[in-house]
Amino acid sequence: MVAGGGEVGFHLGQALLEAGHEVMILENDRRRAQFIHEQLGSVVMTASADEGRAQIEAGCQRADAVIAVTGDDAKNLVICQLAKDHCHAQRVIARVNNPKNEIVFKALGIDETISSTRVLMGVIEQELPTGGFFPLMPLTGSHLELIEAEIAPNTPAAGKKVGELGLSAYGALIGGVVRRGEILHAHGDTPLQAGDRVIVFTPTAAEADVRRSLFG
Amino acid sequence: MNIVIIGCGRVGAFLAGLLDEDGHAVTVVDLERVAFEHLPQSYKGNTLLGNGTDLDILRQAGIENAEALFALTQGDNRNLMGAQIAKEIFGVRRVIAKVNDPIRARLYRSKGLTTISRTTILGTLLHAMLVEDPVVGKTLMEKSLAHEERLSVETPTPAKAGG
Repeated sequence: MVAGGGEVGFHLGQALLEAGHEVMILENDRRRAQFIHEQLGSVVMTASADEGRAQIEAGCQRADAVIAVTGDDAKNLVICQLAKDHCHAQRVIARVNNPKNEIVFKALGIDETISSTRVLMGVIEQELPTGGFFPLMPLTGSHLELIEAEIAPNTPAAGKKVGELGLSAYGALIGGVVRRGEILHAHGDTPLQAGDRVIVFTPTAAEADVRRSLFG
Repeated sequence: MNIVIIGCGRVGAFLAGLLDEDGHAVTVVDLERVAFEHLPQSYKGNTLLGNGTDLDILRQAGIENAEALFALTQGDNRNLMGAQIAKEIFGVRRVIAKVNDPIRARLYRSKGLTTISRTTILGTLLHAMLVEDPVVGKTLMEKSLAHEERLSVETPTPAKAGG
């Protein structure tokens, strides 16, 4: 079930259909719903997804996932909470427009969030020549996430051993080191060089501390 | 008592005026500057322009030292989000959200959030007035009129309408 038939919801619905999934899009604007109906067929319902009755009519209880992708964070939160608590949906995923709301959603019981701002930041930082640092993904059902970072020259981490970075103080752990395309097992005494890419498991709240430990 | 009110429509401004007169330290937050025109002229509390579901705006409004928060914007979802942030993240003791959809109001009440549906409350009052129920109808009406009187002395007519 896709809640919200804007640009994101429409294209997501289309992609899910092409991948062979059964899809129902909820869109409260009648004209927009009509457009989606003309483009994609009978996979859209004109209803407001933040109402419990609409969710039940749309088959929320049978859905493998409810994905809230409206442009309104408060609405996405309520859609996901209703789906989870009222319809007992198996899996709920929320789009957050304000990246600060990822923390808010987690605190209020919605663990899986996608922030377009964060995704874009990740892409931009991936393109930087050195010192890339980008969150790869949140780990479902935890307050942890996976980060990839490229060790840059003249940073605190270059030349240090893994154990000397002090990441364990933040509850973070280096899971592996990629050097010239080869994966190295990360021990406390594995030395890091500029150009290494490290894969870090970290509590989301400690992301800034990990960044500081690696880049100063 | 330090009190934060999200939403300065007619209800938010009315309540802000009452609590301010009672001597509480009130901060009222709204997205639109014109909304503050709803406040009575006697209002001496704070106003803050911003989104009441944003963590930083709520901190600026003093939520960390607030004993009570009322979420009274026109949007049920925004009220539910603001109220839950206050309760679950900042641990505000008294949190009340205006949720006009009675179904959503009941659902969140069962999760432990205090929600008030204007639909239900106003409907109940009108019903009580019709059947001349003295406890509900008469008492509430008398109290409402007294509050109206207290604030109306200096209340200007707002330039723009709102909720």
